Amino acid sequence: MNSSSAPLYAKRRRRNAITMAIAYSATGFGLAWLVLILAVLVWEGFSGLSWVVFTEMTPPPGSAGGLLNPIAGSLVMTAIAVLIGTPLGILAGTYMAEYGRYDKLTTVVRFINDILLSAPSIVVGLFIYEVMVAQMGHFSGWAGAISLAVIVVPVVVRTTEDMLILVPDTLREAAASIGLPRSLMIQRVAYRAARAGIITGVLLAIARISGETAPLLFTALNNQFWNLNLNAPLASLPVVIFQFALSPYKDWQKLAWTGALIITLAVLALSIVARILAAQRKTS
Amino acid sequence: MSVAAITVPTVTHASSMDEDLVEKVSVRNLDFFYGDHRALKSISVPLYYGKVTAFIGPSGCGKSTLLRILNRMYDLYPNQRATGHVTLDNEDILSSSQDLNLLRAKVGMVFQKPTPFPMTIFENIAFGIRLYERVSKSELENRVKHALERAALWEEVKDKLGANGLSLSGGQQQRLCIARTVAVRPEVILFDEPCSALDPISTAKIEELIDELKDDYTIAIVTHNMQQAARVSDFTAFMYLGELVEFGETTRIFTSPTDHRTQDYITGCFC
Repeated sequence: MNSSSAPLYAKRRRRNAITMAIAYSATGFGLAWLVLILAVLVWEGFSGLSWVVFTEMTPPPGSAGGLLNPIAGSLVMTAIAVLIGTPLGILAGTYMAEYGRYDKLTTVVRFINDILLSAPSIVVGLFIYEVMVAQMGHFSGWAGAISLAVIVVPVVVRTTEDMLILVPDTLREAAASIGLPRSLMIQRVAYRAARAGIITGVLLAIARISGETAPLLFTALNNQFWNLNLNAPLASLPVVIFQFALSPYKDWQKLAWTGALIITLAVLALSIVARILAAQRKTS
Repeated sequence: MSVAAITVPTVTHASSMDEDLVEKVSVRNLDFFYGDHRALKSISVPLYYGKVTAFIGPSGCGKSTLLRILNRMYDLYPNQRATGHVTLDNEDILSSSQDLNLLRAKVGMVFQKPTPFPMTIFENIAFGIRLYERVSKSELENRVKHALERAALWEEVKDKLGANGLSLSGGQQQRLCIARTVAVRPEVILFDEPCSALDPISTAKIEELIDELKDDYTIAIVTHNMQQAARVSDFTAFMYLGELVEFGETTRIFTSPTDHRTQDYITGCFC
């Protein structure tokens, strides 16, 4: 090293040290809150975890009970939302990445989809309230499932398009070069190459909707009894947590903590699966 | 450096002019546009059956563009168009009524980078066969084996046909792609710089392969490697700035080119 460059180098090192310190503290600050939230959640919710939670209905205030009906309601509505939202999202994403990549329509759809992606979920709830609940005259599980599906679609559209665009054009050309029609190329080659990424997107969409409360408040509402009839109001974990946590009753508050812990663990599990799939995508 | 000083590696397959040449593919007055940019300027060139034709020239001269017209690959992208005449067995392939999938089954292509499909070695080849033919399981297995043999890959993969095509080495992947192309039974095979991503040993194997394949096919190869063009081709076309400068028998192009630009390029003093 040239002797005249030594002060310059020392200055850079100092600046580097300061930047590192700021970056570390910012990370620590962010992580601290996350750890705090999780710790309180586990602290408050873990003691309430028992078989009863998964086998009994939500109780009236003052008596014992579990979360079976909201867990079932959440599972059913999430499943229906994914069954409706995933095919729509994948088809739209496929159009945008494969058939209409250079079309104006795609640019427009992508723009609208991005707005939908970041739209507050309460807006989605109000929209479904207006078009379904108000028309039918009552709250229902269907309305809840559809409002969740509306949230699933933009997430899946986005990831499908992104993942298909990552499939190299050379692979598309190779498929075309043996006379493969475009539809088959997409099904047999592009989907296969993008599979892990698309599944990850669907899992992330499930994680996203499993905590949504606002859209369900206006659509599925709540139900304190066992019910799987989608034409009637349906309980869900987020809404029950919302209701119980705001209540003055100690045992309801405790169940709310337990419910929150269950959702968090479920989302954590989904995220881990999504991570593993994403890692597989990189190695393959 | 004089032209005579260039060593042309063993030109054993120089065709004599008295031989009857069959013009399998004819390109006449072909222009090609990327948007408003005219990338090819009235190109006319034949591809003869059973012969290898090499396209050489500096980057951006239009070699690959020309190759990608012969199987209408450019049709995958917007704002690209070709005008003029390109015929395969006297049939116009530029016409809008041309079935692109059938054309591409007849005119196969091997790319610069190996592009195996994300599936097993067996499936990589069986896939293309099943696309156009209904074959029994045993027949399919035979065809896959035959294709891999033609691509000189059988011995290396016969015990792991179920492995992912992407698990092979670069050179093996490229031979897998050649096997995949051959399996569809094309009539013309286009090689777009097939060895540029490969080491010399793999390159030698691919060149050997091209030499073996040419008896049954019409072959075009784009290459940046002059020695490769000299080694594998019977005819050579030199392109520059979207124009075809010179076309002729490889031996003649490499020993006594008529255009000074060709001479400059092959002697390496192109400025």
